Amino acid sequence: MSEVRPVRGILLAHAAMAEGITDAVHHITGAGPDVLVPLSNRGLSPKALVDEVRRHVQGPTILFTDLPSGSCGFAARLLARELPDLVVLSGVNLPVLLEFVMLRDLPLAELVPRLLARGRAALGCAPASLENNADRAVSGG
Amino acid sequence: MPIVLYRVDERLIHGQVVVGWGNHLHPDRFVVVDDELATSVWEQELYTLALPVELEATFTTVVEAQRLLPQWRSSSARMIVLTRDLPSMRRLAERGALRGEQVNLGGIHYAPGRRSYLPYLYLNESEREDVQHLLDDGAAVSARDLPGNRRVDADQLLREDEHTP
Repeated sequence: MSEVRPVRGILLAHAAMAEGITDAVHHITGAGPDVLVPLSNRGLSPKALVDEVRRHVQGPTILFTDLPSGSCGFAARLLARELPDLVVLSGVNLPVLLEFVMLRDLPLAELVPRLLARGRAALGCAPASLENNADRAVSGG
Repeated sequence: MPIVLYRVDERLIHGQVVVGWGNHLHPDRFVVVDDELATSVWEQELYTLALPVELEATFTTVVEAQRLLPQWRSSSARMIVLTRDLPSMRRLAERGALRGEQVNLGGIHYAPGRRSYLPYLYLNESEREDVQHLLDDGAAVSARDLPGNRRVDADQLLREDEHTP
């Protein structure tokens, strides 16, 4: 039986968001700083941002970003074209990261779909009846 | 005045531009002027991923942008024109094409050889000359990352530079 290497997480986000949300993950789970690395885009050119993220990629890695595009999302997707073991997951939220810490021993092919499902399911509202309007709002209806 | 902003920003279409300036200026379209991106479909797709559905983006070369400037100015669509470097904006401004227009320096970050002017503005000697050329070509150049922040005129930045040992 081959040994599965735990997936590493990098959280790349605007300003101090990555540091704050990573601190919450560590506070809740006790996960060490190597499990999820926070990076900020603050003060970095697009090229410097790509170089900084690349420096932290080691083996199978999920690069979480706040937005799908913008400077963080753009840098992430550029790297994903270059590094075969790197998966980009955008629109990150705390439930996704907690799930990641719990399940990061899974191979990427199993882990990523579960994280996507967890993140989407975590979005909700009260009163719940307003959720019925969400699909119509997105489709422009 | 349908071109509501000319901006130099290495990050092009990103949060500060879409949300920060977008909420302030209410553009209909972003026009990215960049010779390399004008031919790179996959990069164009990346840049437009985060755009709200009511906003569109187009990508064009500097030469084509110069040709289209009069058309854009008479269009009913409000546009933000973006370049990711100063040489592209300088070429766009050649022969007085941006005379009297406001050119915003919004994000040129640290790189080896560049000197800090503002937290979001670093320039090397060549880029400093680009700014001077923009001014000489009649553009009003200033630095400001977000509409609510302080605007700093470029000639003031360059003057201070002359007095720095």
